[in-house]
Amino acid sequence: MITEIGHFALILAFIVAVAQSGLGFVGAAKHHNGAMASSATAAVVQFILLLGAFFVLMRAYIVSDFSVINVFANSHTAKPLLYKIAGVWGNHEGSMLLWVVILALFGAAVAVFGKSLPSTLKSRVIALHGALGGLFLIFILIASNPFLRQIPVPENGQDLNPLLQDPGLAFHPPLLYLGYVGLSTTFAFALAALIDGRVDAAWARWVRPWTLAAWVCLTAGIALGSWWAYYELGWGGFWFWDPVENASLMPWLATTALLHSAIVAEKRDALKGWTVLLALLAFSFSLLGTFLVRSGVLTSVHAFATDPTRGIFILAILLIVIGGAFSFYAVRAPSLRGGGLFAPISREGALVLNNLLISVLAVTILVGTLYPLFIDALSTAKISVGPPYFLSVTLPLAVPLIILMGLGPLLPWKRADLAGVAGRLKFAGLVTIAVALGLGLFMRLPLLPILGFVFATWLASAVVTDLVQRSHRPGNGLGATLLKAMALPRAAWGMALAHGGLAICLAGIAGAGLQTEILTRLTPGQEFLLDGRRLVFEGVASVPGPNYTAQRGQFRWIDSAGKTKGLLTPEKRQYPVAKTATTEAAIRSDVLGDTYVVLGEPDSAGTWSIRAYRNPLAPWIWGGALIMAAGGLLSLSDRRWRIGAPHKVSAPATVKIG
Amino acid sequence: MTRLPLIGIFLFMTLPALAMQPEERLNDSGLEARARTISREIRCLVCQNQSIDNSDADLAHDLRRIIRERLTAGDSDAAVKDFLVARYGDFVLLRPPFRLSTIFLWLIPFAILVGGGISFWIMSRRTINPPVSLTREEQLRLEILTKDNS
Amino acid sequence: MRWLYFIPVVIFLGVAGIAGYFLLSGENPQALPSTLIDQTVPPTDLTLLGDTSRLTATSFAAGKITLVNFFASWCLPCRAEHAQLMKLSKQQDVSLTGIAWKDKTEDARSFLQELGNPFGRVALDTSGRTGIDWGVYGVPETFIIDGMGKIRYRHVGPIMPQDIDRIQAVLDKLQP
Repeated sequence: MITEIGHFALILAFIVAVAQSGLGFVGAAKHHNGAMASSATAAVVQFILLLGAFFVLMRAYIVSDFSVINVFANSHTAKPLLYKIAGVWGNHEGSMLLWVVILALFGAAVAVFGKSLPSTLKSRVIALHGALGGLFLIFILIASNPFLRQIPVPENGQDLNPLLQDPGLAFHPPLLYLGYVGLSTTFAFALAALIDGRVDAAWARWVRPWTLAAWVCLTAGIALGSWWAYYELGWGGFWFWDPVENASLMPWLATTALLHSAIVAEKRDALKGWTVLLALLAFSFSLLGTFLVRSGVLTSVHAFATDPTRGIFILAILLIVIGGAFSFYAVRAPSLRGGGLFAPISREGALVLNNLLISVLAVTILVGTLYPLFIDALSTAKISVGPPYFLSVTLPLAVPLIILMGLGPLLPWKRADLAGVAGRLKFAGLVTIAVALGLGLFMRLPLLPILGFVFATWLASAVVTDLVQRSHRPGNGLGATLLKAMALPRAAWGMALAHGGLAICLAGIAGAGLQTEILTRLTPGQEFLLDGRRLVFEGVASVPGPNYTAQRGQFRWIDSAGKTKGLLTPEKRQYPVAKTATTEAAIRSDVLGDTYVVLGEPDSAGTWSIRAYRNPLAPWIWGGALIMAAGGLLSLSDRRWRIGAPHKVSAPATVKIG
Repeated sequence: MTRLPLIGIFLFMTLPALAMQPEERLNDSGLEARARTISREIRCLVCQNQSIDNSDADLAHDLRRIIRERLTAGDSDAAVKDFLVARYGDFVLLRPPFRLSTIFLWLIPFAILVGGGISFWIMSRRTINPPVSLTREEQLRLEILTKDNS
Repeated sequence: MRWLYFIPVVIFLGVAGIAGYFLLSGENPQALPSTLIDQTVPPTDLTLLGDTSRLTATSFAAGKITLVNFFASWCLPCRAEHAQLMKLSKQQDVSLTGIAWKDKTEDARSFLQELGNPFGRVALDTSGRTGIDWGVYGVPETFIIDGMGKIRYRHVGPIMPQDIDRIQAVLDKLQP
């Protein structure tokens, strides 16, 4: 009965979405305040309905109601409660429902928090949210309904794929969806601006907080996914250039470029066409990702069960949304005339180059991801485009980008004196060269890690240089400089954290290139040496879990005196219901890296094969990414950049921002 | 999991997981290093996007053994890859070969960079409307209007 | 320069077109094409079940069309396609050869005893190495060899009722 209420809520939400859309568009066109207000109310109602439907599904999982086919296919009574809840979005139908819930959330948020937006813009944004919601709700109701029932009701369910029974499932998809779907608001802003025919500094300012919020969630979501892969899949890899991973990187790149491009649009009234295009592209990449995961055209670790009808349905939605938006762009964008003039060597110039490099990076990844499909369609050949390709095309693009990232923030607007800027970066340059020489000549590291560390150093030193430049006044001592630094606007620290976080992340990635691997076979009691650490294998015990049995190995890390410094317990788990096994690595993190041990296979003599890795600086990868996200949050909290920031009535606005 | 078509079951065989075992390694460390490098570039055909170096699949194990056998027999790296391509096609290579069909793949990034740069340069050369300066009165009106935030 | 603004739409429509073609053609994106089509059967030398002679590449050039099916007792879809194989075995113009891939002799034998034996002869590829030479990457896979020992067709995965027509068409085309 309750399930039917959830189903009904979906249908109702669809009707409300259509109303939201119609009222919003008509209201904006005719400047009818009543219609626009109703549209905003509809947005909130749609969210409440969908949230209700979502909780109905969650309830079905928690009580293990196997009359609901979705619960039967993906759950089991013995599954721990956390995974019963998280399992709601661990399958196609449930995750699709989460998608529309978040879509409605952002629509409602614009309705409630968008008070300082011009009413027609706000109304069109809400209307577009309604239209998108409506499209996806039709899809859900017709082809992905999570509330379908079955009779007779089976005793028990088929359990969730054991690889997904991990805390990562609780956080990675929701964060990622907040990012992906949050970009729909950016998309709506861009399309609404095109409809309006007006893209101006104010628009760039309004769109930024929403975009930044989505970016923060996307950054955290991607980082979490990468970390999950690292500890779950068993060999210390964290990025595989899998099609669906690429499908998350592309919107992230587009959004990053957008955030930077919007700065120029706001301050200099230039790059409008490009900014709007990036805003449309970011969500388009999100939709592409949705399509790839659910249609089956590409093999991927992330693919849900493939079903061509669903694929066709989603493709149709893509054609309407993306095709429609890009067509509209082609017609309307040429009339967006820019105003600001700037010299090629200037902050604007650097941001233009930044735009170009990031866009090329994103399109390159797109081409690489879709090329196998392209070749397969045009001939009978099948090729693979894997990590070796992606690394060889992205690294050459990343190099100028990172150099630029260091240089850009120090360039003044309109016109820059390159020699002067270079002078200010003397320190950063020297430190970078010192690091390069040190790593190359003294530590004799391989080339790629050296490059990674060198560029990370460059970026970090440039960030520090920028902060110092903003805080130091000639004649002031260290204390005064520090005080001034603390008083810098949050947005400035946000940028420092974002760029600095990337530098840390880059250093972590470079460190991963220095992985040491030990592959050996041990009897209990034997010890081995991993990068100078003594690890003693103490044997394997059988340990029962809630819905699995585990073979748990124990490794004792001892120092030279034999004192225990820690224990590592990797496991191999057997899940009887799903009839699959998983390997759980044991990871011990410290500031300088991860010690990573995996239990292998036993042989008839009772010895076990062991894989052990030392991954230098691995925690920096995800730590750096989280710092980037924190930087974004900090910027978001800067009141000057949010809608509704109070403005002084007295003096004209000549505040220097950033 | 139940909705996987039979093809899916065919691909995910229920054999014991066999990631790279210590015994697979060759005694000659030079050959072993070559074997690892080659393995990282060979696709595991029954996995979702992995190389045979990292995979648990049985087929990956077999291919790893074959690579080592061929290297011990004296094949060059290219010959080993050709051996696998002769049986499984270009699909087995994670680095797409440089053929006529893949020429776009390798050139497109470069082409877009150049094309993007050129098109932007062209666009920036259009006449840009110079901002017209406002009179004092218009300036005051503008301030009043921008404070009224709706 | 207005045409530049149309580039995104055009690219998108191209991508969507290719994706759509794929979805509508109903092709299985996971099935690899064989590299050995129109080539002679690769060097083969396998023991036969219940026979002292061996299965070699030349045994396919005897003038009769052969359907070679790689199977295994531990392979679930192989059970699903067994009915189709039994039906095909009744045809006079094609002989069926089974190759037990990475299977123990006894297990292969009991598998055929349990489900019936559609094969004129059964070979044992216990190590799986011959399969790799044939480009096999999983079971079941089925090859159609013409009378001169050349591989003409490969079917990846179980032979389902809807696949029989296509296979029959290939067999008919190869008849002398």
